[in-house]
Parts: sequence; C-alpha cells; structure tokens
Amino acid sequence: MSDKANGENRVTRPQSSAVDLAASIRNGSVSAVEVLSQYLDAIDAGDSEVRAFNTVLAENALQDATKIDEQVAAGNDPGPLAGVPVALKDNLCTNAIPTTCSSRVLERWKPPYDATVVTRLKQAGAIIVGKTNLDEFAMGSSTENSAFGPTRNPHNLERVPGGSSGGSAAAVAAGFAPVALGSDTGGSIRQPAALCGVVGLKPTYGGVSRYGLIAFASSLDQVGPLTNTVGDSALVYEVIGGHDRRDSTSIPEPPQPVVRCLEQGIEGMKVGVVAELSGSSLEGVEPEVLARTREAADALAAAGAKVETVSVPSSVAGLSAYYMIAPAEASSNLARYDGVRYGQRQPGPNTAAMMAATRTAGFGDEVKRRIMLGTYALSAGYWDAFYGQAQKVRTLMINQFDEVYQDFDVLLSPSSPCVAFPLGAKADPMTMYINDVCTVPSNLTGHPAISVPFGTGRDGLPVGVQVMGPLLGEIPMFRVARALEEIAR
Amino acid sequence: MSTKTTASEPSILPDGWEVVIGLEVHAELSTQTKMFSSAPNSFGGAPNTNVDPVSLGLPGTLPVLNAKAIELAIRIGLALNCTVQRSVFARKNYFYPDMPKDYQISQYEEPINRDGHLELPSGAVVGIERAHLEEDTGKSTHVGVSGRIHDAGYSLVDYNRAGVPLIEIVTRPDITGPEQAKEYVEELRSILIAIGANDGKMEEGSMRVDANVSVRPCGSDELRTRCEIKNVNSLRSVGRAITYEARRHVELYEAGESPSQQTRHWDEEAGRTRAGRSKEQAEDYRYFADPDLVAVDPSPQWIAEIKASMPRLPSARRVTLVDAGGSAAAAAIAVGRGLDDLVMGALAEGADIDRVLTHVVNNLAVDGADQLSPSHLASLVDMELSGALTSTQAKQVLATMVQTGQAPGDIAADRGFEAMDSSELEAMLDSVIANNPDEWSTFVDADDKVRGRLQGFFVGQVMKATKGQADGKELNRLLRSKL
Repeated sequence: MSDKANGENRVTRPQSSAVDLAASIRNGSVSAVEVLSQYLDAIDAGDSEVRAFNTVLAENALQDATKIDEQVAAGNDPGPLAGVPVALKDNLCTNAIPTTCSSRVLERWKPPYDATVVTRLKQAGAIIVGKTNLDEFAMGSSTENSAFGPTRNPHNLERVPGGSSGGSAAAVAAGFAPVALGSDTGGSIRQPAALCGVVGLKPTYGGVSRYGLIAFASSLDQVGPLTNTVGDSALVYEVIGGHDRRDSTSIPEPPQPVVRCLEQGIEGMKVGVVAELSGSSLEGVEPEVLARTREAADALAAAGAKVETVSVPSSVAGLSAYYMIAPAEASSNLARYDGVRYGQRQPGPNTAAMMAATRTAGFGDEVKRRIMLGTYALSAGYWDAFYGQAQKVRTLMINQFDEVYQDFDVLLSPSSPCVAFPLGAKADPMTMYINDVCTVPSNLTGHPAISVPFGTGRDGLPVGVQVMGPLLGEIPMFRVARALEEIAR
Repeated sequence: MSTKTTASEPSILPDGWEVVIGLEVHAELSTQTKMFSSAPNSFGGAPNTNVDPVSLGLPGTLPVLNAKAIELAIRIGLALNCTVQRSVFARKNYFYPDMPKDYQISQYEEPINRDGHLELPSGAVVGIERAHLEEDTGKSTHVGVSGRIHDAGYSLVDYNRAGVPLIEIVTRPDITGPEQAKEYVEELRSILIAIGANDGKMEEGSMRVDANVSVRPCGSDELRTRCEIKNVNSLRSVGRAITYEARRHVELYEAGESPSQQTRHWDEEAGRTRAGRSKEQAEDYRYFADPDLVAVDPSPQWIAEIKASMPRLPSARRVTLVDAGGSAAAAAIAVGRGLDDLVMGALAEGADIDRVLTHVVNNLAVDGADQLSPSHLASLVDMELSGALTSTQAKQVLATMVQTGQAPGDIAADRGFEAMDSSELEAMLDSVIANNPDEWSTFVDADDKVRGRLQGFFVGQVMKATKGQADGKELNRLLRSKL
C-alpha cells in the first residue's frame, strides 16, 4: 500500500478525489464502508511512521459509513460529501471526543459540543476518521511544537510537514484521508499544504464559522480544507462555509458559489505577482521556489491571463505586525486554561499558585513564549508602541491591498519561501517565524488565499504557489487555482 | 455641567471640610438570557445549572450579543439623558477563578452611553460620565479558616451568575454628602425598575454600589486622593460607608498624613472600611477590542423607537402627584413604591388625595399594594371621611383589602365594624373618668405637656374598652370639651 515497502523513506499512495468518491458512493457503485476501510488500512500501515493523527476514530467512522450505505440503499441522498472520510485538526471541537490542541493542558478534555464546521460536514454525509496533530494551540510552522511529538512529511519522513496543520496536510498527502480540515492564523493551512504537496485553502475571514475552533488569534483564525484537488477544496468550502449565528464575525451570506465557476478559465483575468514576496530579496527564499512561482506566472500568461509584477510595500511588514497581534490575542484567549474548570490541574497551596503551576506544566515553550510576547505587547506603557502600532500597520496593509485589487483580480506569490526542511533545522524561533512571511498578509487583511502544488524544488520536494484574492474574492481565486492545477499536471 | 446645589444636608465632617463622592452602580439587566449566550439569566437555582458551553467559556465557544441587553442599556442611557453612541466591547484581562475566560467582556474606550445627568427629587443634579455594558462574574465560596480566598481550605465556584448582563453607571464626582448619595441610589433604582431594566433587589445583589470618596477644604474645587469602597450593598451602608471613609480621610489630613489611593471594602458588621489592594500595584488589565464581537452601532431609528416606547419616569410621575395636590414628600414615596397609578386611579374616583396619600405612606409598604383596586381604595377613604369607619378600622380593612382583594364595605360588614355614635362614646368616656379620679384631676390642672400625655391615657382606656372601634379624633374632641 505505501511506498515505504519499496524501501523509500516516504508514505504516499494514489488516491481518488473526494468529488469522485462521493459520486461513486452516492450512485452505489462503491460502498462507504469499502472506501473507509481502504483509508483505515492506510492509516494502520503508515501512521506509525507519519504520526499524523492524535486520535483515530475507526469504530465511530465504520458506524457512520454503514449509515451512509443504508441511506444510499434506501434511495436517499446522504449529501455532497457522502461517505467521504475527513480528518479534523485537533483544535476543532468534537462532541464527546478528545480535542487536545496537542497540548498537555487539554489532554483528555472532551468537548460537550461539535464545532459548526463539524456539524456541517456530518450533515453533508462526511465521515470523521480522526483528529490530527498540530503545533500546540496552532503555534508553529512545523508541527514540532506538539506535546505528543512531531508529525513527519509523507514525502520524506526526515522532514517536517509544515504547520501548524501539519497532521492534516500529512494525512491527505499520505492517503490517510482524502480531505482534512485545518485552521489558518498566519499560514497554518497553506504552508503545510505547500510542504506536503496538497491544496490548502484559507477562506475570507468570516466566510467559515469559527464556532468550535479553539481560538489562537481570533481576528486572524479561519478554518479551511486541505485536499488533493482544487475541485475538492471548492466543494468542501461550500459545505462548511456560510453564515453561522453562533459566530458574530461570520459574514451573513451563503458561501461563494465556487464549484460552478471552477472551469470558467482565466482568459483576460488580471494576475499580479507580488514583487516583495516573489523576489530574491525575500529572506530565506530558495531559488527553486522562486523559479516555480515565475513558471506559474508565465504559464498563466500563456493561458490568457494578463500577468504583471506589482509592488505591495507593506506586505513584508506584515510579519512584524502579525507577531504582535497574534500573540496579544493568544495571551487573552489562552488565559482560561487555568486548571479551575477543565483540563489538567497541578496542585498549589492557593488558587494563584495552582493556576501558575497548571500553566507552567500544561503549556510548551512556544506557547509560553507567545503568551509572554502578547502580554508584553498589551501592557500599559507598551500598548501604543507594540499592539497599537501593529494595528496601524494592519490597517495600512488592508488599504494597500485593497488599492492593488482595483487593478488585479488575484495576486500570486510562493506559499512558503522554502520546501520541507529537516526536523530540528529551525530551532531558533525567529528562523521559524520568517517562514510565514508569504502567508500572513492574507490573515491580516482577512482576504482569501489558496496554496496549489506546483512542481518540486530542492531535494525533489513539493513547492506550493499561493493565489490570493480580494475580500470575498473566492471565485477568481479558485478559477486561477484550478488553472494552475491543470498546468502543473 | 453645572451642579445645582440645594439646601445642603448637615455636614458629617468637622468644620472646614467637605466630602466629594462619585458612585459606580452595577445593575444586572432583566433579560431572559445571558449577555452573550442563551443560558438563562435567573437568580437562585442549584449551583452551575444556569450555564451552557458559552457562559462557561469552554474552548472554542464564541459570544453572541443579546439584543435585549442593548435595548435595555439604551433605555437606561435615555433615562439618564446620555448620548447613546456606537460602542465597542473590550476584553479586561485578569486571572480570577470565578471568571470563566479569565477575562471580562466590558466596554472601555467606547461605552454605549456617555455624558448624561440625573436630577434628584431634592433638585440636585448629578452628572453621569458613562453607562456601559459588561458581563457579570460567577461567585466563589471559600471554605476554610476565614472565608477569604487567601487562606481558604478549598473554594467552590458557581457560574450561574457568570455572563449575566450588567450596566455600570458611573457618576461624576458631583455628590456632596451621604444623604445625597442615598438619594441618588434610590432615584436610580426607581428609574431602573420603572423602565424594566432591573428588579431593584439590592439584597440579592442585582444592584451593587461602589463609592469613590475623597475630602477637601470647603469651597475648594480640587480633587484629592480618593478611595474606592466596594461591597456597599444596601442603602443604609451607602450612607454609613461614605461617612466613615470621609471622616477617616479628614483624620489623616488633620494628623498631617494623607490617604493613599486604594480599593477598600466595607465591613457592615464592624462599621468600617478595610484596605484592599493598593491602586499603585493595581493590575494592568491589558484592554483591547474583543475580536470575537463587532461594534454595536444602534441606528437613530431604533433609538427613536426605544425612546417612543419608554414609560414615564419617576420624576414626571412625582410632578403629576404634586400637581394633583400631593406633598412632594408623599409623592416621592408613592412613586418610589410604584403606587402612583393607584393614587391617580383613586383620585379619578373622587377620593381625597390627603387621605389616599396618608394610606400610601403609612400603610402600604407591603407586597401586593400595587394590585389594589383604585375604586376600592376610593371607597375606603370615603367611608373613613363619612365616619362610617374609624382610622384604626380603615387601616385594618385596608390590610385585608391587600390580602384578599375584597371591597372595603364587605370587609367592614364581615368584621362588624360600625362607627359608634357620639353619645355612646361619651358615656364610655365618662365612666373611664369616674374610674380614674386622680388622673382626671391631674389632667384638669396640668400644663400642655403633661396634659398631652394624659390625653393618650384616657383615649387609650376607651379604645381598650371598645376594642379599637372608637373614633380617636371624636374621642379627643369629647375629652377636650369636658375641661
């Protein structure tokens, strides 16, 4: 089943798209249980190497798949994702199923409710196969910051899968599930998608409900799919997207109708290549990554798009603003893990000491580092210089990108400056943070962005190209992504 | 805002000093559900039953604003003559076990209401700085040595109150004495009740008062170091705590020292304030706009609709009673008890306003009084004035009316109440005089003071003999006529 058997240091296998699987299950040509069993076998065979999952829900999943088959047999339509196995990043709440954020502080915690995206997946007939590993509380770009150990890149087990949705990206790349959900605060879907050679979407902020996504940085977090194809990404986006009254920041509209626009082509579309994110001045960028991005731009031009280079000067300043705003919000969001109500508790002689002991033992180094950074950024006397200034940069960026989108339908850049790097290679936090430079702008602006696999780079590892769209610009973004996918094939 | 000063209350401080008071009142809003979730907002109930994942702040949950809380906040703003504006919710970050998220959602830089004022019945005007929305915390019970968190053996937390909507109404430092502070709290309370925003139950903690107190030399306009007194949870303790604290400040100044800015707690039993945490070491709350919520920007149209639906406020209702002939003091009490509609109803039936207000002031501080039928009250007053009932009988009949809702005529008949005629009364009086010759001769020779006392003796004897059915007024007249 896996290439591991061939002595190669990789775990991958050929797969059908979710769109095709659902179609076959809905028309009865294959059963949901058969499909699921193949995926569960793949997990059994390969996950001891990859370690994509914190929890595999084989029994629950088989029961659910049986119900899907019964519905099909009874002539009912279980929905657009009928019988499609889906892996969930372990920061998405699942009723009565452990949801850990890969943190000791939440180990064994079982939420009493499902996240809205989980409810919607189930209503569409999807089968939840398990919960995937992540950097603790989604803080990281390699999935090495998990309290339960790192996930490995299925294309090279000595390499990281990216992060923080590294478990989800690896699960799709390894063929453990055709679809996974991740969350993207500064690139946590797109960067691991690029490093694992899969498609990763961060929708417009407010396009997908955050209810039940355990918050890292509330103004930046979005849930999105990791898939093998752009078509699968579009389908899952339409299933999970749209207004949710439980999320006040949810846009009161249905999702953008991307599926029916996918094949409209790119003739005449205006594509801007962001100079600051696509040139050799970008810190730590690999020439192969720049080459693939240039080839993608050229190919789009050849396919009929108008492609130009465009300067967005504030785009590189995004990284500094992001590393003020995200930790600031995190310092507040993570305050509740105090040992009083749920999760781990360490004893202490009084309440304050108990809270301190719980947090000291419960959080890993990176989480502590960001809580301290964020607390500092919000402190009296520093607020204006750090948090306040970062908000100004954010506003400036939004304005600059909005202006650029007056002239362009979508923008192009690499998804990550580099391909998958060896475990332990980026032990210095700053080196790791720089990885997010291409992805954070879309989180700060709230705009949609998608990473599409486009060839390979150093050591034959996958490269991802990022297509960014304006607010609610999912349709032009998906059209270009679909074109790139076709070109890359 | 210029503060109209009225006849000032007697100073509580040594000559040359005056007290400066600002109040922060937290009032729970009378909504069905909590501020940001659909968990019920109700007092009492077994611990941790009025909760849901959102009000417990469970990971992944998000707040969704209760529109009714906004409407009530706007009502309050309008009643306090505030500017109602676009507002933003902020997070106030600090660790406390009874706060599920370890931050409180509040309003900081942009409150929903700002810059209002409230005119008190005495005529004083108190400036309102802001009236903003926030969520309440849960309640901790510390089980152990002293009942305080620091040395508790263990603590129990009840989150039923967590997330209940609160309005915090902050005055300017315009209040000039403890009596005025009480008057402000009373007036605010009756307004909140009148507009349906709060149940006014201070004893259940649904209205809580913090007082900022400082002193200064009379006539000065400086604002000296203030202390914030917490836990002032009854009208009586509002006055006592302010008086205690102001005197403490004066004593310090007169001893050549000065108070330090701090939060102090009112100890009702000991009758004193005690230092809490010092403000210099105050926590840094690291406020920032809550990214889970969007700004609240009520449309002018909505505000106008709310304004149009506002009930009449206590001040206007007092004016109505005074215009109808009532005294200002009686009008204030009648409105304070919510009995002004009853009074006006009885007047419409032709009742005498003085008699009606006398009953409202003296005999109707009871539950259910607002359920009385205005026409029954009018009949009662008529029976009393016509002599069909004595005032003592009327009082008894009134009590039964509140309990049973029966008409006064029926109650009087059931009880066999009929006014005694004068000759019968005079005969009884004569017999009391005959049985008490010493007292009578003292009475005849006495000065007014002693005579007043003995008059009570003779009236009392007759009352006793008639089991209270005698008309006291008539009896007094008869007694005087015998001199």
